[in-house]
Amino acid sequence: MRKFILNYLIPRIGQYLMVIFVGVTLTFIIPRLSPNDPVETQVSQMMMSGSHVSPEEIEHLREALTEMYGLSGSPWEQYLAFWGRLLRGDLGPSLSTFPTPVSTLLGRAMPWTFGLLLTAVLISWVIGNVLGAIASYHEGNPAIRLVDILSQAVRPIPYYIMALVLLVVFAYYIPIFPFSGAYPPGMHVELSWSFAMTVIRHSILPALSLILIGLGGWFIGMKSLTSNIISEDYVVYAENAGLRQNTILYQYVMRNALLPQITGLALQLGLIFSGALIMEVVFGYPGMGLLTLQAVMANDYTLIMGITLLSIVGVATSVLILDFIYPLFDPRVRHQ
Amino acid sequence: MLTVIRDLLKYDGRFRVAFVFLLMIFSLAVLSVVSPHDPGATFKVPADVPPSLSRPFGTNSRGQDLFWWMAFAVRNSLLLGLVTAIVSRVIAIFVGLTSGYRGGTIDRVLMSINDSFVVLPVLPILILLSFLFQGRLNLMSLAIILGLFGWPWDARLIRAQVLSLKERAFTRTSVYSGASPFRTSMKEHFPFVLPIVFATTINNMLWAIGFEVTLSVLGLSDVTIPTIGTAIYWANQHQALVAGIWWWLGAPIIVAIVLFLGLYLLFSSLNEYIDPRTRLRRIGA
Repeated sequence: MRKFILNYLIPRIGQYLMVIFVGVTLTFIIPRLSPNDPVETQVSQMMMSGSHVSPEEIEHLREALTEMYGLSGSPWEQYLAFWGRLLRGDLGPSLSTFPTPVSTLLGRAMPWTFGLLLTAVLISWVIGNVLGAIASYHEGNPAIRLVDILSQAVRPIPYYIMALVLLVVFAYYIPIFPFSGAYPPGMHVELSWSFAMTVIRHSILPALSLILIGLGGWFIGMKSLTSNIISEDYVVYAENAGLRQNTILYQYVMRNALLPQITGLALQLGLIFSGALIMEVVFGYPGMGLLTLQAVMANDYTLIMGITLLSIVGVATSVLILDFIYPLFDPRVRHQ
Repeated sequence: MLTVIRDLLKYDGRFRVAFVFLLMIFSLAVLSVVSPHDPGATFKVPADVPPSLSRPFGTNSRGQDLFWWMAFAVRNSLLLGLVTAIVSRVIAIFVGLTSGYRGGTIDRVLMSINDSFVVLPVLPILILLSFLFQGRLNLMSLAIILGLFGWPWDARLIRAQVLSLKERAFTRTSVYSGASPFRTSMKEHFPFVLPIVFATTINNMLWAIGFEVTLSVLGLSDVTIPTIGTAIYWANQHQALVAGIWWWLGAPIIVAIVLFLGLYLLFSSLNEYIDPRTRLRRIGA
């Protein structure tokens, strides 16, 4: 157990802290490299809006904004203050919906993205892996061949294009699914059966665009992993011993290919998350992606900062959780 | 080189499809040289004409011939992909060779930075970045910035390859002959990782072009430059689907799908080709 903690858990947690450190430092540095001064941008926006503001008030505003953006003091002091505010969970007020705190807006959008992403990733990962394992076992089967060709065709398509195609086909030409949103505008958000059904109906297309692309990738990965395992001696032995085919498939072949696929999931999570953001924009799904679009449109600097930071922490934490689940699938680690 | 292409055309169906698709894309990109219209000019041709033989992609509401516009778009998107791939290849090769050959503390530090970049969700960071530049980000700067984020997956691949090369006899011969670590890496190890570098170049181009589409659709890149992403951006701005001008959105989608499929199939075909085990299985040995 001691060895397990020292050799496995500690390095993983170190890695987690490293990701957050790199991410937060990048988000700190990037705005300071930009040619635009966010304070001056805000001030000139305020002056352009036409309302009469006296020079003293502008000076006051400038000071307040400098304070809010954390731009006072030396770079080093700014950096420490940045971390301090972050650790307190203070992301500042949103500029476009002043004075609502950024954290409130994020809290409202998070559950939508999280729920959809979790469902889509689980479904595509499980189905893709099972199909992939079956595929290498029944190579000549025409249905499997078809899945293989489709996966190859779907995998490289960017999430945005995929979502757009689904939207055009299933909401425009064959209008069987709603155009956008997660529920009809004006509907009251509540915990009821009918509301849940509405949300599910609205979520099918967004989820499908994530599932289809993911499925192709997991299928191809699993197929190439298992096609190597299938010729291993222990599989041949199990076949000769007369074990049932399903037992061999799930417990001998698939089991051994599962670990690299979990690592693969951890490595892909950042990309899948980025894909989900853009998918939400296409479908008008009220999660983090749509919030990002609104922030860009409204020039809401603090909101974009908040979204970036939360995304980094969220994805890193999910990867950490996956790393903690990993040993449960690996008997070698579990037995120590 | 030519024999390799001939062999691949003969034995690999995926390569055949990729070859035809990419040929179409490259021809379109090359055609941009003889375009009768300037991509920035508007209302040179009648607006909203559906696709026909003389105008294969139709024209849009801004009075631009979509065929010629897409020619520029494809050229720019390919250029962006290539520049990104070159920048990220240089970093990946440097990190991969150093980390694999030096090992120890340098390896641990480089790989933990590497893994952090793998896990980081790049899109929010890029959105923040391009938001701050307010659409002033030209194609080259965007390509270089993407390159700074696109290297970690391939650096790991190269490192894995070098780890096994390090144990081979020729590495020891080189070291005992007094070659510096840099010379050993570049002269002895680099040629072995070249095939991976080539294959991953294609994959990296896919990644970069995909990101460009994403950023442009949000209106975060310089939307006056024709690319596959800005083509979709303008169609969305004019609500092409609502107005029934489906070909405005259809042109970039079809071009994107052909380009992405072509590059991906080329990548997976080459990947298999450089792995001798799968090549042997294909011949049936």
